Amino acid sequence: MLSILDKQILKKLSLEPKLTTSALATSLSTSQPVIWRRIKRLQSIGVIKGKRLLLNQELLGFGVKVFLGIKLATKSVISLDDFERAASAIPEVQSIEHVLGLYDYRLRVVARDIADFERVLRRRIMTLPGAGQVEANVLLSEEVLPGPI
Amino acid sequence: MSKNKNNMLDQLDNRILRYLQNDPESSVAKLAEKAATTPPVVSRRLAKLQETGYILGHELILDWSALGFEVQVSLRVTLDKTEPSAFDEFLKAARKIKEVLEIQTFLGLVDVRLSVVARDMEHYQQVYRDSILVLPHISDIEALMHISTIKLDRRLPI
Repeated sequence: MLSILDKQILKKLSLEPKLTTSALATSLSTSQPVIWRRIKRLQSIGVIKGKRLLLNQELLGFGVKVFLGIKLATKSVISLDDFERAASAIPEVQSIEHVLGLYDYRLRVVARDIADFERVLRRRIMTLPGAGQVEANVLLSEEVLPGPI
Repeated sequence: MSKNKNNMLDQLDNRILRYLQNDPESSVAKLAEKAATTPPVVSRRLAKLQETGYILGHELILDWSALGFEVQVSLRVTLDKTEPSAFDEFLKAARKIKEVLEIQTFLGLVDVRLSVVARDMEHYQQVYRDSILVLPHISDIEALMHISTIKLDRRLPI
């Protein structure tokens, strides 16, 4: 379904988010319009779901990244909806995944420092509708790999 | 709350970043209109924000299921910390596994988390047995199966 060029584009872009279309075109020895057309196609067939602006979180004053594993105290369709809606509205919550296993939800939270994180945890997370047990792990490092493209 | 390195940026910078976060593919003209300024000003600010390292680039959000990878699992790994080189050796080996999308290290109950994709459950079993379980210094592994993503924008509250 994907051509070799498609795969190369996806791989390069996931490794170097800074790459411009012209630099990408040069490095793959093709032209900019070709790259554009390929990316458009990958978007239209749903392989590329969207784009995300990558900001330097530390420079912007967000020094703390925490992943939370949250277990719901009660489980029903209504409580899932309520929880998801309320959690989505918290500005410090960057991503929410519904998972199966030890926890029901996995949340990525940013904060300026540990004191700020404590505020978010107490005022926003602990008060989420249906939230039960919460486990927090502070992120030390992360790396993104191109995956099996 | 303004006691951070953020004070290098003025209100206009912050506005531009905020709008760009909400719509990463927004044109300069559109950004200018929203931030109540002119396109040349926005271009100049964007160039500066890139130069100073505030903007790191654009990240593609891929739909792995559209690529034929229907199973996504989060593996939470605890390492045997009596071995001083456990982290380095584990990470080095984990990077070589094709199906691993993300490696994160933590301070907490979990040491490392691997985000793994597979075509189906059978393929996952195979990856788990042949690639994951043979990684060095594992003392415990827990798996969380990904069901759905509710929010993924990773916006900063600026």
